[in-house]
Amino acid sequence: MAIVKDEFKESPSQTAGPYVHIGCAPNFTGIKKIYSSDLGSAMKTGPVKGEQITIEGTIFDGTGAPLKDAMLEIWQADSDGLYNSPQETRGICDPNFTGWGRCAVNLNTGLFRFNTVKPGQTPAPNGTLQAPHISVWIVARGINVGLQTRAYFSDEKEHNSSDPILNQIGDSKRIKTLLAIRQKKGVYSFNIHLQGHNETVFFDI
Amino acid sequence: MSPKSTRKGHYLERDRSWHPEALTPNYKSSIYRSPSSKLISFPTTLSEETGPVFGHDILGSLDSDLIHNYARQGQAAIGSRIIIHGRLLDEFERPVPGALIEVWQANSGGRYRHKNETYLAALDPNFSGCGRTITDENGDYEFITIMPGPYPWPNGPNEWRPAHIHFSVFGNAFAQRLITQMYFEGDPLIQKCPIVATLNSLTAVKRLTGFLDMERTIPMDSLAYKFDITIRGKQQTVFENKPEGL
Ligand SMILES: [Fe+3]
Repeated sequence: MAIVKDEFKESPSQTAGPYVHIGCAPNFTGIKKIYSSDLGSAMKTGPVKGEQITIEGTIFDGTGAPLKDAMLEIWQADSDGLYNSPQETRGICDPNFTGWGRCAVNLNTGLFRFNTVKPGQTPAPNGTLQAPHISVWIVARGINVGLQTRAYFSDEKEHNSSDPILNQIGDSKRIKTLLAIRQKKGVYSFNIHLQGHNETVFFDI
Repeated sequence: MSPKSTRKGHYLERDRSWHPEALTPNYKSSIYRSPSSKLISFPTTLSEETGPVFGHDILGSLDSDLIHNYARQGQAAIGSRIIIHGRLLDEFERPVPGALIEVWQANSGGRYRHKNETYLAALDPNFSGCGRTITDENGDYEFITIMPGPYPWPNGPNEWRPAHIHFSVFGNAFAQRLITQMYFEGDPLIQKCPIVATLNSLTAVKRLTGFLDMERTIPMDSLAYKFDITIRGKQQTVFENKPEGL
């Protein structure tokens, strides 16, 4: 791989600490005079195509306690599998769908919730398609480098079984940690475990 | 399939020996919050190589002026006035324009404006510690703020964070997402801090140090610190050296 000299390497990461909200979600922590709304709080800016879903969950530490200071960001394709990004060259994403969401977990319960749409399939580098998935990034006190994971869907068995990344993981018990579980129509639960026997799969991407 | 770091559009892998480890026991919060399994690695796909765009139109006129963006009319935050500025580059030394930079910091007494903050230092009614900007066409950014104070934290019996500003950087791709902290040149607390010590080398600490920049100071007004930031590089072609995103 390309060798990057120390002085040009990516700036090293440091923990977001417990007060990430001040900078990234100020309205959430009661700082209401500066930004009209918190960035990423709405992923839909009008009527959107596809199935509307909510994804909710909790992040648990190694003692089984919920993280109450964490912030998550998600990034995903629209229902046709297109990204709302200049790097998207295959077509035009749903203009009312940003694809990007940011959510601070509830300070008392640790619960997070995203109102979004179910993504379509997106290309894999080997020419096949990836199963529908949402990219997830987690920061909190005690997390030194933001954690990258993905939420796949429990009701997409066929696509999941041919997904190159899930196949690379192989172990069905570990794959299960990446599944958002369908509770009822349009509602999925996605819990994240930082440690323990059902530790979520995290990616180096 | 072509090798990982040569396909156009791929992002260079993170050098995990350069970043802090997940488990750094001297920083106690990491003990139960660090995954213990090996990270699963794969070449970036379109899911990681794309990202949202933040237009300059989201910015209010005072968003990057922390001295005034929370202050009452005609008032200002208390503290030593400073300018923090620098350039955002990628690992191929290309400037990154259009990137969102969000910052947060304690006030001059070392106190955060946050529901969970309990430190006894006084709140400044004119300071929130929140700011943001978007890098310009040369990848440059600038904030106007006050010098944050050091503060105690419950990691050990008598632990103090060096003065610092938290930085969140959002480049052109989800793969580039980064949160870090800037420290101030010459602060004796830097070498005593367990969070700084999660870094694996003095070079890494230096990369997170803002340096006094007398050229950018405003006489009789503000000191200045220069803090350049680098985010992950996108493989384009081997000899290409254009600003990213143009
Ligand atoms: Fe801090």
